[in-house]
Amino acid sequence: MTISDEELAEQRAGIDRIKAPSRLRVVAGRFSRSVQGRIGFALLALMFLLAFAGPHLGRWTYTDKDFMAFLQPPSAEHWWGTLQTGADVYAVTLRGMQKSLIVGLLAAVIGTTLAAVVGAFAGYFMGWADRSLTWITDLMLVLPAFLILAIMSPLFAEGQWPLFVLVLALFLWMVTSKIVRSMTISLKEREFIQAARFMGVSPVRIIFRHVIPNMSSLLAVDATLNVSAAILTETSLSYFGFGIQPPDVSLGSLIADGAKTAVYAPWTFWFCAGLLIVTVLAVNLVGDSLRDAFDPTAKRAGQ
Amino acid sequence: MAGFLLRRLLNYLVLIVVATSLAYMLAAGALDPRSNYEGRNPPIPQAVIDARLTELNLNDRTPLFDRYLTWAGGVVHGDFGKTVAGGSVGEDLGRRAGVTLRLITIGLILGSVAGVFVGAYAAVKQYGVFDRLSTGASFVVLAVPTVVLANILIIAGVWFNGLVGAQVFLVSGEATPGLQGGFATQAVDRLQHLILPTLSLSLGLIAVYSRYQRNMMLDVLGADFIRTAMAKGLRRRTALIRHALRTALIPAVTYFAFTFGSLLVGTTFTEKIFGWHGMGEQLVNSISTNDVNTVAAISCFAAFAVLAASLASDVLHAVLDPRVRVG
Repeated sequence: MTISDEELAEQRAGIDRIKAPSRLRVVAGRFSRSVQGRIGFALLALMFLLAFAGPHLGRWTYTDKDFMAFLQPPSAEHWWGTLQTGADVYAVTLRGMQKSLIVGLLAAVIGTTLAAVVGAFAGYFMGWADRSLTWITDLMLVLPAFLILAIMSPLFAEGQWPLFVLVLALFLWMVTSKIVRSMTISLKEREFIQAARFMGVSPVRIIFRHVIPNMSSLLAVDATLNVSAAILTETSLSYFGFGIQPPDVSLGSLIADGAKTAVYAPWTFWFCAGLLIVTVLAVNLVGDSLRDAFDPTAKRAGQ
Repeated sequence: MAGFLLRRLLNYLVLIVVATSLAYMLAAGALDPRSNYEGRNPPIPQAVIDARLTELNLNDRTPLFDRYLTWAGGVVHGDFGKTVAGGSVGEDLGRRAGVTLRLITIGLILGSVAGVFVGAYAAVKQYGVFDRLSTGASFVVLAVPTVVLANILIIAGVWFNGLVGAQVFLVSGEATPGLQGGFATQAVDRLQHLILPTLSLSLGLIAVYSRYQRNMMLDVLGADFIRTAMAKGLRRRTALIRHALRTALIPAVTYFAFTFGSLLVGTTFTEKIFGWHGMGEQLVNSISTNDVNTVAAISCFAAFAVLAASLASDVLHAVLDPRVRVG
C-alpha cells in the first residue's frame, strides 16, 4: 500500500469534476439543433395537445348528434362543421385522432420490443434457434398483413381494440429483427460480452442487460418510424371497415365517410385527412432527425 | 450460384405452402359463410343451407381440418375451389389478375425509374433547389396513406375537369363501357382512366426510391473510383451514369423486394377506390362476403408475388454486383 486511500480518493474527485457529457445529453443536443427535428417535435406535441385537451374545449362530444344541422359548413356552433349524421366534425375528428395516436404508439412499442427480442435471441444463440426464428420471420414477411388483419376484424368489435393493436404489432417487427440479428452476431464477439459470458452471467441476462441496450439507438429510431407505419395501416384498415369498429371512430373511418361528400362538403374530408397527414409527417420528421442525432458519422450543419 | 438459387427456390416453395395454408385456416376459422344465407326472407331451410355449404366446401359443421384437406387436395390439382356465388375461383381470379398486373407493372416501372432518377439528380445537385424541393415533397408524400392520396387525386381530377369544362381525367373503372370508335379513341379513353390510379400507386414509390437513391448516390459520389474514372478522362456525365449510378443501384434493388409487399397492398386500395375490377378489389369484397376460398387463393397469389419479387431482386443483384456472381 504505497498510495493511501485518501490520495486515491482525491485523484478520483479530480477526475469526476471533469464531467463527460452523457450520451443522452449529446443526442438530445444534436436533436434540438436540427431544424427538422424541432419542427417535427413541435408539430407532434401540438397534435397530442389537440387530441387529448381539444375535446374538453368543444361543446359537443363524439357521440352527440345535432338534429338541427346536417352537413353544415363550419360555424360558431360547430367549429369544423357537421357530418351527414349531424355529428360534430371537431369532436369526432379529435376522438379519431386519439384512437389513431394510441393505437400507433402501442403497436410501435410492442412491435419494436418483439423485433429486439427475436433478433437478439436468434443472433446470440445461432444454431437451431436462429434457423427457426429466421424462418418464422420470413414466413411473417410473406403473409399478407392487410389480409390477415382484415380477416380477423370481426374479433375487434365491441371494444376489443387492444387485440387489434397486438395483431398490428405482429406485422411490424420483421425487417428490424433481421437488422438486430446481424448486429447481435457482431456484438457478441466484443470484449464486454465475452467478459460477461466468462464470468458466468446467464445468456438471457446478457441479452437483456448488454446486447439490447447497446442497440438502443437503432431501436428508438425504429420505434418512432413504426408509429407512422402503424397509424397508416390502422387508417387504411379502418377506411375499409376492417379496423376500429363502430360506434368508435378512427381517422380511417372518418376519411372513408368524408371522401363520399368531399366534393360538395370539403370540411368532412379535409380536416381529418389534413390532421392525419400532419401527424404522420411530424412523426417521420422526428424519426429522421433522431436517426441523424444518433449517428456519429452523419453530416450536421454547423459542425 | 445455381445451387444457391435452387436452395432459395425450395425454401420459397415451402414458405408459400405454409403461408397459404395458414391463410386458409384463419379465413375458414374467422369468416362465416353461413351468415350469407341466414336471416333471409323467406328463410331458407337449414338442410338446404347445409347442402349448399357442403357443396362449396364451406360448411362450418365439417371439422376445419377436413375442409382444409379437401381444399388442399383441389389446389394440388390446380383447382382453388368455388366462390360463394358458385363460380370457379381460378377462372374469376385469372380474369382479374390481368387487370392487377397491368396496373402494377405500369405503376412499378414508372415509380422506380422516376424515383431513381429524381434521387440521383438530387444527389448530384446536393443542397440545390431541386434537391430541397424533392426532399420536402417526398416527406409530404410519405405521410399520405394511399387511401387518402387516391381520394385527393379523385377530388383534384374532378375539380380540374370542372375547371376546363371537359372530362380529362376519368375516375371510375378501366375503360368506358360500350365506347364506340377506332383504336385511337379506345387508347385515349384507356389512358384517361389510367393516369390517376397509376399516379396514386407510383407517387409513394417515387418518394421512397428518391430518398433512398439520394443517400446511396451521395455515398458513392465521394468514392475514389469515380475520381479515378474522371481522371482517366471520362466525361462527368459518363462517369456518373456508368459508374456511380450503377453502383448506387445495388441497394435499391435489394430494397425492391421489401417494397413489393406494400405495393400489392397499395394496389388493393387503388383498385377498390378507382373501381378497377382486379384482384385487390376482389380481396376487399371477398372478406365482406365471407368468401373463404377466394381469400385463400388471393393470399397464395400474394405470397407467390412477394417471393417472385424477392427472387427477381436476388437475380438483379447478381447482375449488377460481380462479387455476388463470382463469390
